[in-house]
Amino acid sequence: MTTGNPSLSLAEVIAPFAGMAGALLPVLHAVQQAFGHIDDAAVVVIAEKLNLSRADVHGVLTFYHDFRRRPAGRTVLKICRAEACQAMGSDALIAHAEARLATPMHSQRADGAISLEPVYCLGLCSAAPSAMLDGQVFARLSPDRLDALLAGAMS
Amino acid sequence: MSRIVYVPGDAVAVACGADQVAAALRGHADRLGLDVTIVRNGSRGMHWLEPLVEITTRDGRIGYGPVDVADVDGLVAAGFFDGAPHPLGIGKPGEQPFLAAQQRLTFARCGIVDPASLADYIAHGGGVGLRQARALDADARIATVKASGLRGRGGAGFPTGIKWETVANAVAPRKYVVCNADEGDSGTFADRMIMEGDPFLLIEGMAICGLCIGASHGYLYIRSEYPHAIAAMATAIGAARAAGWLGADFDIEIRVGAGSYVCGEETALLESIEGRRGQVRAKPPLPAHKGLFGMPTAINNVLSLVAIPHIFADGPDVYAGVGHGRSRGTMPIQLAGNIRHGGLYETPFGITLGALVNDIGGGTASGRPVRAVQIGGPLGAYFPPHLFDTPIDYEAFAAVGGLIGHGGITVFDDSVDMARMARFAFEFCAIESCGKCTPCRIGAVRGVETIDKLIAGDQPEAQLALITDLAETMKFGSLCALGGFTPYPVMSALTHFPEDFRPDAARQVAG
Ligand SMILES: Cc1cc2nc3c(=O)[nH]c(=O)nc-3n(C[C@H](O)[C@H](O)[C@H](O)COP(=O)(O)O)c2cc1C
Ligand code: SF4
Ligand code: FES
Repeated sequence: MTTGNPSLSLAEVIAPFAGMAGALLPVLHAVQQAFGHIDDAAVVVIAEKLNLSRADVHGVLTFYHDFRRRPAGRTVLKICRAEACQAMGSDALIAHAEARLATPMHSQRADGAISLEPVYCLGLCSAAPSAMLDGQVFARLSPDRLDALLAGAMS
Repeated sequence: MSRIVYVPGDAVAVACGADQVAAALRGHADRLGLDVTIVRNGSRGMHWLEPLVEITTRDGRIGYGPVDVADVDGLVAAGFFDGAPHPLGIGKPGEQPFLAAQQRLTFARCGIVDPASLADYIAHGGGVGLRQARALDADARIATVKASGLRGRGGAGFPTGIKWETVANAVAPRKYVVCNADEGDSGTFADRMIMEGDPFLLIEGMAICGLCIGASHGYLYIRSEYPHAIAAMATAIGAARAAGWLGADFDIEIRVGAGSYVCGEETALLESIEGRRGQVRAKPPLPAHKGLFGMPTAINNVLSLVAIPHIFADGPDVYAGVGHGRSRGTMPIQLAGNIRHGGLYETPFGITLGALVNDIGGGTASGRPVRAVQIGGPLGAYFPPHLFDTPIDYEAFAAVGGLIGHGGITVFDDSVDMARMARFAFEFCAIESCGKCTPCRIGAVRGVETIDKLIAGDQPEAQLALITDLAETMKFGSLCALGGFTPYPVMSALTHFPEDFRPDAARQVAG
């Protein structure tokens, strides 16, 4: 996963949001962008800086599907599971990816090379099935095309 | 001669390789020493032709599509930069029957202009609506919105003029405009397309809303699954500030969602902007009285807001003059799933579902018979072909147990297993439930288990009765439409496709 500038400290990442109304989601996005995930130590700092309780931050962190409490695989593949993609065979595409990567949906391969996750619609429903690979979008996917993309991303 | 090449920067085009095509064309132009500007326009909405590349010629714009990066060498060799014929050539894009038959009031500029250029927006008639709105007094502004007959395009179809009047009349130290760009429904992408293809239109719509209700601050909440839309809006907002369009009387702040479907529900969305879990608030109070940070708030879908500039520019009568019954104006229909000609089709209300699916959409992409279409996203009903004469009209859809929602139509061919689709509806509700009400939180999980038992042949009669019961409980015991409308896809699948729910339906249909 591409992450931001790792030399920034947590405090530096949070600083620009001081004084913003309702800053928690933007802060969580920024922290995850910078460090790849939001761990318990980060929760403590975020809570302190935003003047919230740890329980508040934890509650928000765990409510939203996007936020990670642990690092993801080096490559992240999200395949769309929503209806329009199902109409074009996303179930079979997912089965193919799970077998090819030896990684079940919602999990990370033991070697940390890849995480396979569902996504519910990328707005590419007229060119289904679709997926997001390390933040890049791909549509009209077939098992072969997915293999080629993965070969490129994981090499 | 200076030439302009258009290669869409729209996410569908990019997902089909447009960035590589643009880079290859750039390389050829430089190699040939040609004076070529590449504009990353929005999509015209003919998604089966994406990436649809265009070049300006003396005769106007000539299109080619779908262009794969592997096609570029041949295309250039055939004389692409002079608009020469090629097997991928489609002539003038605007003359394609799919486009020519539309009535584009909202999407008039999408795919045509450079979405990063405010000057291009203005050159194509942008900004007139805001100017007209400024020239009117407060009452006349609200009267204009009301006279257009515009109803909210986010799903509920609530009259926009009445909502804005309520906010305008509320007395408070501050008011807010909130644009709902969470577009979580599968089968929908119109919000995304207009943000990527004509972002200044949304800025103008939000600015007019601010003027109408007396707000100086707007929030634009875009789902995280839309990186291209977020980037396009950020660029346009920057350009609008630099030109003085934003910043003085009105400004817009982008907020990015975090992968939660229920945050598209208006009160959950407000919670999310405020930095909390996206839990639905009980109403009353309505957001129009007590919304964001406790202040009166007009929260509207992208498509509602982008309909507004035209209504002010050309007068509300033009908008109200088309449509069907109490559904006035045009609806940007989105054709998705297993469909030959998928994309965006803006048309006055009143066209039938069958005309959209079969005539305009060309039937399935697989070439097999159409078996079912889901309209209105994951909470919308499944329709069998025998209901295809239903006109696109809020009331007509309600009468047959369906909803138009955000206007997405997802087509399935005869390989679909409707029991699996019903199971998915429950599963999606279970995954996305905000957890506030028991019928939704627990009922959806029970629904999945019950359909599994039904499919396995475990006391099918009892399971069917249980599903019907669960659906009733969810319908009447849920605070919002996630729990309340999940019964629509489930029960419509059961009603119209009962054969798929028999244990002997032998899951072979799924092949
Ligand atoms: C579960 C759920 C999800 C929703 N998702 C969206 C959405 O993604 N976009 C949207 O505009 N409205 C969505 N709505 C409808 C909003 O609650 C609200 O009606 C709408 O934003 C009002 O704007 P409008 O009057 O312009 O339609 C959703 C509603 C529910 C119950
Ligand atoms: S119906 Fe479901 S999503 Fe809606 S408020 Fe209740 S628990 Fe939350
Ligand atoms: S359903 Fe997969 S992109 Fe919309």
